[in-house]
Amino acid sequence: MAQAAETRKRGKTKQPAIDRDQLLQAYRMMLLIRRFEEKAGQLYGMGLIGGFCHLYIGQEAVVVGLQAASQPGDQIITSYRDHGHMLATGMDARGVMAELTGRAGGYSRGKGGSMHMFSKEKNFFGGHGIVGAQVSLGNGLAFSNWYRGNDHVSLTFFGEGASNQGQVYESFNLAALLKLPTVFVIENNRYGMGTSVERASASHDLSKNGSPWGIPGLQVDGMDVLAVREAGEQAMAWCRAAKGPFLLEVQTYRYRGHSMSDPARYRTREEVQAMRSQHDCIDNARHRLETMGVEDAAFKAIDDEVKAIIQDAADFAQTSPQPDESELFTDILLEG
Amino acid sequence: MATQILMPALSPTMTEGKLARWLKNVGDDVRAGDVIAEIETDKATMEVEAVDEGKLARILVEEGTEGVAVNTPIAELSNGADTSAPAARPAHPVAAVPAPVAQPVSIAQPMTAEDKDWGPTAPITVREALRDALAAELRRDPDVFLLGEEVAQYQGAYKISQGLLEEFGPKRIIDTPITEHGFAGMAVGAALNGLKPIVEFMTFNFSMQAMDQIINSAAKTLYMSGGQMGCPIVFRGPNGAASRVGAQHSQCFASWFAHIPGLKVLAPWSSADAKGLLRAAIRDPNPVVFLENEILYGQSFDCPTDEDFILPIGKAKIERTGTHVTIVAFSVMVGVAMQAAALLAEQGIEAEVVNLRSLRPLDTDTVVASVKKTNRLVTVEEGWPYAGIGAEVAMRVIEHAFDWLDAPPVRVNGADVPLPYAANLEKLALPQSAWVVDAVKKIV
Ligand SMILES: Cc1ncc(C[n+]2csc(CCOP(=O)(O)OP(=O)(O)O)c2C)c(N)n1
Ligand SMILES: [Mg+2]
Repeated sequence: MAQAAETRKRGKTKQPAIDRDQLLQAYRMMLLIRRFEEKAGQLYGMGLIGGFCHLYIGQEAVVVGLQAASQPGDQIITSYRDHGHMLATGMDARGVMAELTGRAGGYSRGKGGSMHMFSKEKNFFGGHGIVGAQVSLGNGLAFSNWYRGNDHVSLTFFGEGASNQGQVYESFNLAALLKLPTVFVIENNRYGMGTSVERASASHDLSKNGSPWGIPGLQVDGMDVLAVREAGEQAMAWCRAAKGPFLLEVQTYRYRGHSMSDPARYRTREEVQAMRSQHDCIDNARHRLETMGVEDAAFKAIDDEVKAIIQDAADFAQTSPQPDESELFTDILLEG
Repeated sequence: MATQILMPALSPTMTEGKLARWLKNVGDDVRAGDVIAEIETDKATMEVEAVDEGKLARILVEEGTEGVAVNTPIAELSNGADTSAPAARPAHPVAAVPAPVAQPVSIAQPMTAEDKDWGPTAPITVREALRDALAAELRRDPDVFLLGEEVAQYQGAYKISQGLLEEFGPKRIIDTPITEHGFAGMAVGAALNGLKPIVEFMTFNFSMQAMDQIINSAAKTLYMSGGQMGCPIVFRGPNGAASRVGAQHSQCFASWFAHIPGLKVLAPWSSADAKGLLRAAIRDPNPVVFLENEILYGQSFDCPTDEDFILPIGKAKIERTGTHVTIVAFSVMVGVAMQAAALLAEQGIEAEVVNLRSLRPLDTDTVVASVKKTNRLVTVEEGWPYAGIGAEVAMRVIEHAFDWLDAPPVRVNGADVPLPYAANLEKLALPQSAWVVDAVKKIV
């Protein structure tokens, strides 16, 4: 714990100068994700994106805060609600959007879709459609770090709904037993489809779910990107010090439906409105930046830049050709 | 009287071992549970515990002896001793075999004896048919309950359980967390103790999380318990490709489940199939895997209105009669086969379309009788060809009607790849009526 505390202290002394730049960067990335998702929603409405499409709007601070705390070489893995994670790792908006439209220019050349994208280069391991499955896999990424003796960590994201799956607990035990550098990140957005966390989990403080195995945990305000970053630094320092896994319950909220086809009758409009207007992570960051003296022109410049990136990605995603028909039978096995 | 101590087998695969060490000497008193010797095998060193009591009278195999076969006498205990235990305790008490309780595995079920004429019909969607079947059986039998993700408050992820929470309450319509392995296992346990759970998998893709409980627990317990313990349970939900949901959410599990002895596997097409077979599945005393299809949920078909309408398990249905070729299909592919048959009719080819409805048991008689009439077979399935349902159907025809075949059977199936997301590739991967037409024209 000593090292974690030290990191935190160091974090504090860095303020405010570095935090301002970092916060500006985080703000930009959160905005990029939000605009990306809004555009994806639009394209879905136009029939250009098919199947399931799970938007990350509202939750941007979670992945952006953790990414800010991570180091190059750390791995990331998550569920189907994955567009934000990919952008945060630096994956190209064009390639992500073109995968959503199922085109040859997509990260999986159109063969994976919204839920299944990967980037070896950015250490992004997907994009998984089966609730909970990525948790065991994330543990395996951590295992590979442990095995190789490097000091990378695996950032393993999953929902509070997924946190009830048996393999999550099996992973906790394995990670604690082998002291694997896994940061388990529960993105508690309060609902798994239409089921509220209270109706799905008898545990009320999910950050303690690893306590039988001695896994330290923290509850974090997921609408505050700096709080997420700080908790992330603490968790990753713990893992890098070879002390084993760490569990973060990041409390967040999704503004949109579970997927595009969600009637959303399980919560009130007022509840959603209250979160949007009072707790929004992008508004929060902006207010803070304003008090740090960032001026309108700077925000405007970021807005314009982001808008241009998204428009370019959307254009690319519509003009990139469909995959060649021969692709149907490729990538099933490697040459042995 | 002396009791022999035999060389034990300490693992299922052990046939011999080394008697490494004696921990008792001749003349020592031995109590049940005492460690008397150590044995080494190629895998491990293990301790031998005494099962009986007495005095170690003779050592028959000296320590250090290698290759001692399992069941060789290694020592003798004399039990003339002054213990208070009854002397004549049988060395190997015969396990009390409980009499099988009346839990008949009905092969012929009276209530589903034959496909009969059920009188007037009205059009309903497959979704309504399933909902009505659930409601009817929930009303009929208080031991029936439904559990799964989003089945209650949300009214079902695909709205199959619409209105059921309202009518039957939260004790019988149960929302579960996303814990397929846990809740499927819980339901199997409840079924072993006589309740009749209906487990909804939001889609069958997620049943893989629960596969062990379906196959190792639900399907095998009746056999492993010598017929004592049946498992009256239904696993149901949408199976197969939906639309553009990618590889992990689109696959047909028909041949996976149909492979398993101890399961019944049903795959309805029409509303009547859905309603009649789901009611039969719920009443069946065995584990039934009920494979629905999301694409069909919104389709309407005529369905008998008779309140008691039910169908027999294990009976295929001839959906269209013809003389030139037999097309065997199930689930959503019956529709594709029917379209193909209509196209073929325009070209003067009369196809007979067999809707399997039940994949295990498989109605071999109906298929074989049809092929004996048409002399040609085409099978259609959405799933992969390898060890698929088409392979099974074709083999049965070869076994039972080889001499009637005028051409080799042809399979139409989904492309042998994980389902791609891209619209153009997905279309190339799933069987269409034109594929069936082509397959028929190859052999007619
Ligand atoms: C094993 C499995 N069961 C069910 C589903 C269907 N499903 C997809 S997402 C979801 C809810 C997950 O909720 P949560 O883990 O909280 O993540 P969130 O969607 O809120 O990000 C469900 C039930 C699935 N994909 N996989
Ligand atoms: Mg959630």
